[in-house]
Amino acid sequence: MLDKSFIGFETGARSVGVEAGQLKFFAKATNETNPIYFDEEAARAAGHPALPAPPTFLFCLGTMAPGDENVLGKLGVNIGRVLHGEQQFTYLKPIYAGDTITLKTRISDIYDKRGGALDFIVQDTDATNQDGEKVGISRTVIVVRNG
Amino acid sequence: MTYDDVKVGDELATHVSAPISRHVLALYCGASGDHNPMHVDIDFARKFGMPDVFAHSMLSMAFLAQLLTQWVPQDRIRHWGVRFVAITPVGAQVACTGRVVEKFEVEGEKCVRLDINARTDAGLHTLAGDAVIALP
Repeated sequence: MLDKSFIGFETGARSVGVEAGQLKFFAKATNETNPIYFDEEAARAAGHPALPAPPTFLFCLGTMAPGDENVLGKLGVNIGRVLHGEQQFTYLKPIYAGDTITLKTRISDIYDKRGGALDFIVQDTDATNQDGEKVGISRTVIVVRNG
Repeated sequence: MTYDDVKVGDELATHVSAPISRHVLALYCGASGDHNPMHVDIDFARKFGMPDVFAHSMLSMAFLAQLLTQWVPQDRIRHWGVRFVAITPVGAQVACTGRVVEKFEVEGEKCVRLDINARTDAGLHTLAGDAVIALP
C-alpha cells in the first residue's frame, strides 16, 4: 500500500515548449488525416495562428516537461507495475505550436482496492500558457499492481 | 451542425484506426514522450509478467479524440474523459464510437453529452467514457 500522506503533495512548476515538429510527429504516429494538425498552411486557413495541439497532447506535455520531481518515483512505484486507469481533460483555451506551457501537478487522492492488491493514484495537472492564461486541466488516475 | 440539428440517440460516424503494429508503438513512444518500455520492449514486459508489449492507453484515447474532432472543431470540446477498461493488444484495430445521450445548457451555453467507447476488432471493450461538446 502506498503512503497516503502524499495526498495533497504538489510538484513544482514545470515548463515545456510546444514544438511544431513534435506535433507533426504526433500526427504521424496517430495516423492523423486532418491537415490542420500537421500542415501550417491548412491550420492558418482554418483560422489558427499555428498548428493546434490535438486534444490528448496536453497529457504528452506532462510526460515531456523536464523536472526531477517524478511523482511515481517519490511514491516508490515501479513503472513496470503501473497501468493507466482513467484520464480526463478540461479545456479552457487552445494550445498552439510556439506556446510555452507551465504545468503544476498535485496528488488529489490515493486509495486502494481488493485488499491492497491495487493502489490508485489520482493526479490533477493545471496547465497555463506563456500569457498566464489557464489552458486546461488534466486528471490522471494511475493503477499500481501490487504482488 | 447546430445544437438544434442534433438529437439524443444520434450516432457519430465510427472511426477505425489502422492496426496497431509494433512500429506504430515505437512511433507513438517517441511522438508522445511516453517512454515506458512496457510498450516497446518485450523483454521488459515479460519481466513484469506480461506475455507481450501492449498499446499505450493514450494512443487509443488519441483515436477517440479523432472521433470527436472529425465531428466538431476541437475548440467545441469542453470536457471529456475515459476509463481504460482493458489493455489493447499489439495488432488490434481500434473502433471508436460515439452517441449523443443528453442535451443541456450550462451557463447559457448549449452542450451535448456523448457516450464514447473504443473496442478492438476482436470485440474487446477497451475504453469507456463521455464527452461534453458545446454546439452553436
